[in-house]
Amino acid sequence: MKATIAIQRGAPGETAHVETFEVAFEPGQSVLDALRILRRETDPSLAFRFACINANACKECMMLIDGEVDYACKVKLKEGVTSLLPLPKKALVRDLVTEIAPPDERLFAPVRKSAR
Amino acid sequence: MHLETDVLIIGAGGAGMYAAIEAARAGASVILADRSLIGRGGATVMAQMTVAVALGEQTPDHWEHHLADTLAAGRGLCDENLAAMLCEEGPARIREMDAWKVGWAREDGHIKQAHAPGHDRPRCVYVDFLATGPAVSRTLRAQLNHFDGVRRVGDLLIVDIVVRDCVAVGAVALHTPTGEIVTIAAKSTIIGTGGLTRLYRRNSASSNMSGDGYALALRAGAELVDMEFVQFFPIGHLAPRLVGMDPIMWDPFRYKLGGKLLNGDHQPFEEEYAARDSRSDGAYVLTRDLATYAITKEVEAGRGSPAGGAWLSFRHIPEADIRRAFGPVVDRLAENGIDLARQDVEVAPIAHYHMGGVRVDTSFATSVPGLFACGEAVGGANGANRLSGNAITEALVFGARAGQTAARHASGVAQGWTEAAAKTSVDMLKSASARPGPNLAEAVARLQAVMADKVGAFRTAEKLDAALADLDALAREIGDTPMISAKAFDPVLVDWLDLRQMLLVARSVAIAAKARTESRGAHQREDYPGLDKAWTHNQVVTLAGGDIALRAASPAKRG
Ligand SMILES: Cc1cc2nc3c(=O)[nH]c(=O)nc-3n(C[C@H](O)[C@H](O)[C@H](O)COP(=O)(O)OP(=O)(O)OC[C@H]3O[C@@H](n4cnc5c(N)ncnc54)[C@H](O)[C@@H]3O)c2cc1C
Ligand code: FES
Repeated sequence: MKATIAIQRGAPGETAHVETFEVAFEPGQSVLDALRILRRETDPSLAFRFACINANACKECMMLIDGEVDYACKVKLKEGVTSLLPLPKKALVRDLVTEIAPPDERLFAPVRKSAR
Repeated sequence: MHLETDVLIIGAGGAGMYAAIEAARAGASVILADRSLIGRGGATVMAQMTVAVALGEQTPDHWEHHLADTLAAGRGLCDENLAAMLCEEGPARIREMDAWKVGWAREDGHIKQAHAPGHDRPRCVYVDFLATGPAVSRTLRAQLNHFDGVRRVGDLLIVDIVVRDCVAVGAVALHTPTGEIVTIAAKSTIIGTGGLTRLYRRNSASSNMSGDGYALALRAGAELVDMEFVQFFPIGHLAPRLVGMDPIMWDPFRYKLGGKLLNGDHQPFEEEYAARDSRSDGAYVLTRDLATYAITKEVEAGRGSPAGGAWLSFRHIPEADIRRAFGPVVDRLAENGIDLARQDVEVAPIAHYHMGGVRVDTSFATSVPGLFACGEAVGGANGANRLSGNAITEALVFGARAGQTAARHASGVAQGWTEAAAKTSVDMLKSASARPGPNLAEAVARLQAVMADKVGAFRTAEKLDAALADLDALAREIGDTPMISAKAFDPVLVDWLDLRQMLLVARSVAIAAKARTESRGAHQREDYPGLDKAWTHNQVVTLAGGDIALRAASPAKRG
């Protein structure tokens, strides 16, 4: 089966554009599976967050999938077009990556006072 | 950007987060860095099963019994002092986690302890439902909020430990969202980076488990131990695609219900292999090692399942019993379109845990002053094979200890940082170029294939030699200069940096595996079957003059 994945790409300051890719898939495979296949087979520069792949435990792979906020590792691929956008309410980093960490777990966060 | 801290902790899994808590309690300032997000990137958050600890809540127990089981599984190679510390201090950590409201499952007013294979009695605590790892991670992450001295930084990939005059003085890192190079001066540095199972094609790993810590340690001049001992889990989930479940989840159900392994022709094969071997343990028809062997051999003989493993069947079991045993798992399986009463699933051995790792003493110091390690990144406590449930205990106990000793070390030394000491590593990152080259995501997959096919669960000198040649060729392909494709969040640069570390770690596994001409625990040589008493010693790996060197060392005895 074939899925068509339309991905919004670009970094802040660039004009966002949509790129469309075709991926062969087997029923049950996830949107994250497709993104990882695309990197291996077509465009290794495609940016998206993920860590745990199977467990749905890290909660890093959230994005806008066909207009809904969801986990790329949980949503199954389908025939026809799937549209992927970065999370709308988070600062864009690049492609599908947004700044999702709580502010005090980021590098550019206010330094907390030492206990001493 | 340049940062300074008393203690730098690399990796925010169970080990790193506990280390941060203890170092802060001891008064040290801490930077807790993770290449992923804090508390989300590694194995800890993914673990769904159990934590082994001699609490004696379910049934009378003593940590010495836990130790006896741990040493038996380690087949003569455990560092007995580390193993004893894991077992003796486990209860204190588990009770502290309980006080922090991790939510260990309870029954009749006591913490419930399950009986897992390899343990002599019910010893394993857990959090319902299949939520052990997420609960552990969440609890530690919440505790970190109470310590002002801990600065938590996600998206910070540590690239190299900086060493000056043979002393660790900090690290060089890449801040992935900006692509900025970050240098960190630290009086003590703790490696808490977890394991290496991403080196293999089929694994239970996250994308951050490529063995970075082993490479960081080697390049800093520290020693590794037992690198040949990679644990394969025999019946990891293979097909159909299943998300939201730990891929090692089938084991307890097979155990409980008597799930049957069938080959590609839907024929049972377990008994045939069990009959040829006397190691059958009664409970399982086949022991874990033998199940891995039997499945691998059936696949090699062309009798694998379509996806290249074996069928696991529960269809002979009444539907009501399946539902009773699996509980809510049945619903999670249904979400994935799997109905066990009507269909078999495919399973195969998958790389699951690494027994080997950074060589430390009982203060978790490496041979490089200022450099410490904890958690799965450490080798020694589990010897040639690990008991189920020991890994999370190891992460918590060793993390806490390493945090304490690293803080103590930091209180007695000055910062040793110089820019000159960091120059080689910073220059390497600065030299990164967008140039034509191999697709590095695909190169990672090739490395995983080499490791799976030639440095997998069953090894021969011939295959290991071929693997080393393949790894050399791959190293030449990626070259010495990092590749980039973008400034912000560049997966090409991350793949290049990962391959740099993975190739070194893969080599150290293959070289140690080749030297060990016997079969013991998780290291099985088809050309040297059977345990050889003369090999009851560890192999220590170092990096000398750019190449890996091995030497023998006697396993530490208690005392
Ligand atoms: C699916 C699964 C199930 C498991 N189930 C169990 C179980 O039921 N019971 C049990 O006892 N054990 C289990 N284990 C093993 C156990 O979970 C691990 O051994 C343990 O959690 C390791 O903890 P850790 O803190 O050492 O490493 P991890 O939790 O893996 O954390 C390491 C962290 O280091 C970070 N890191 C790595 N490299 C770098 C770098 N270069 N720079 C910055 N950060 C870096 C990673 O992003 C990660 O967050 C399981 C493992 C897996 C994979
Ligand atoms: S990849 Fe971890 S939750 Fe989706």
